[in-house]
Amino acid sequence: MKEIVIISGKGGTGKTSIAASFAALANGNAVMADCDVDAADLHLILKPEIGLRSEFRSGHKAAIRPENCIGCGKCAEVCRFGAVRDGTTWVAYPGVTYSIDPIACEGCGVCVSLCPARTIDFPEEICGEWYVSTTRFGTMVHAKLGIAAENSGKLVTLVRSEAKRLAQEQEADYVLIDGSPGIGCPVIASLTAANLALIVTEPTVSGDHDLRRIVSLTKQLRVPAMVCVNKWDINIAATEMIKDFAQSQGIGFAGLVRYDKAVTQAQRKLETVTEFCSEGVAVDIQSIWNAVTKAIWQYDT
Amino acid sequence: MNIAIASGKGGTGKTTVSTNLSLFLGEMGEKVRYLDCDVEEPNGHLFLKPEILQSHAAVIPIPVIDEKTCNACGACVRFCEYKALIRLGKKVMVFPELCHGCGGCTLLCPSFAISEQTKEIGFVESGISGSIGFVHGRLNIGEAMSPPLIRKVLEQATKEAINIIDAPPGTSCPVIASIRNADFVVLVTEPTPFGLNDLGLALDMIQELRIPHGIVVNRAETGNTDAEVFCEKRQVKIIAQIPDDRRIAESYSRGEMILTAVPGIRERFAELWRSIRKQVQA
Repeated sequence: MKEIVIISGKGGTGKTSIAASFAALANGNAVMADCDVDAADLHLILKPEIGLRSEFRSGHKAAIRPENCIGCGKCAEVCRFGAVRDGTTWVAYPGVTYSIDPIACEGCGVCVSLCPARTIDFPEEICGEWYVSTTRFGTMVHAKLGIAAENSGKLVTLVRSEAKRLAQEQEADYVLIDGSPGIGCPVIASLTAANLALIVTEPTVSGDHDLRRIVSLTKQLRVPAMVCVNKWDINIAATEMIKDFAQSQGIGFAGLVRYDKAVTQAQRKLETVTEFCSEGVAVDIQSIWNAVTKAIWQYDT
Repeated sequence: MNIAIASGKGGTGKTTVSTNLSLFLGEMGEKVRYLDCDVEEPNGHLFLKPEILQSHAAVIPIPVIDEKTCNACGACVRFCEYKALIRLGKKVMVFPELCHGCGGCTLLCPSFAISEQTKEIGFVESGISGSIGFVHGRLNIGEAMSPPLIRKVLEQATKEAINIIDAPPGTSCPVIASIRNADFVVLVTEPTPFGLNDLGLALDMIQELRIPHGIVVNRAETGNTDAEVFCEKRQVKIIAQIPDDRRIAESYSRGEMILTAVPGIRERFAELWRSIRKQVQA
């Protein structure tokens, strides 16, 4: 069983369109994991029927019980995240000056431990929900991070490990992970110890810049990477530069996807590109899938 | 005045809107500062091509344990919510990549065995691009936590200027750190199912934060009213549209400013600014 992460650095390069098509092409031989938990879109195309729904509990948030607050200000003094509001900016309760801004609270618990009146509660947070679902291409694990919630990295880890477990149980060959943009915490959580990262980039100055940073991250995490260029014909010179860069870094080149309105049309019909059409851009994606699945069994991970 | 540009979905045109809005305002004679808070993948410099005049490391405090004083009582280990401290036999070990820098362990250690040192997480660079002040953060590769660096970038916002804040994609902590003190948030979307779904998530977030906001529809197509229908349903206002035009995509791909490269775009930014102005003053 192999875990393939579809990732990009820059947002909006076509990760989800490619991941959804891969789900169709794997047709039953993969478990899908949407690890872009704070802007998940894969479900729009795969239309999962939710089978199992679970709360995602993680971390804590401080909350001052105003009736016992003595107004000493210790909490404001020790909080490094600017999460304690004093009476000059916000009045929570008549006669009491301190309260916690739940959005700024980092959940460290310093104020809870040091409050002399012991009047700060520290309840566990529900940071979202995660689901195990059925789609027309097989099982999918996905999640929804709560509004303004934290711990997206932990939720990614949870979604990924559940998908992996199910793939092993079903004896599927692949886990297909739709990643998030960037190089920070959720990206690190979706990449660590994966078998292959397919980096989807575009031939623009931003795509090129962000590709270099995500390639460095895959190297640091020792995850083998391949690159494909979406909308390659928008800027042919930039596409050539990306190819050269991939070669110079010893990274496999998985292929080119042409600029084609069919990608947006398929999305509007809530279909994968390879279901929507069988020519043009669908052929491009098929050949990337072939390249990725051929390469992945050769890496010794 | 702080104007943040955010989106939910990545690649909808946040950087295009924020860099061109900065240029537009600069040309109008306004004092403008552009702050790129997408510190994981900052792109604004590719378009504004600033002259960088200052660069300094951004650091967070992390604990250091004095092994001679530490008696491995475990108070710090029990306290740390992020599991950044672990006891192995008679020793306590620090895992700096998990530390949020809250300082709690240092304050709570009964033997006073913990002090703090700094750990670099990235850089804040600043300079000028014509008349526009430029600031961005660059997170070090492999660093998981961007909010502390984002807060350092935002420390360079100035009261005397219009601060244009280019936010990262998504709806979680890095976005919230970027837009928390904004007077107005522009949400950039595109009229596709993904664009509008993620706009919905961004609206949920922004309504929780209670910040005034408006929508810019990028890659708008004549005859497609999906964004209008969606915004009407969510009772939010579309304040500008940027047409779907291959010339825009091509000039973007080369790192050009669409304000100068594509005729007729200036009026869209004038319209956007008029609308922001009206709502921020109201």
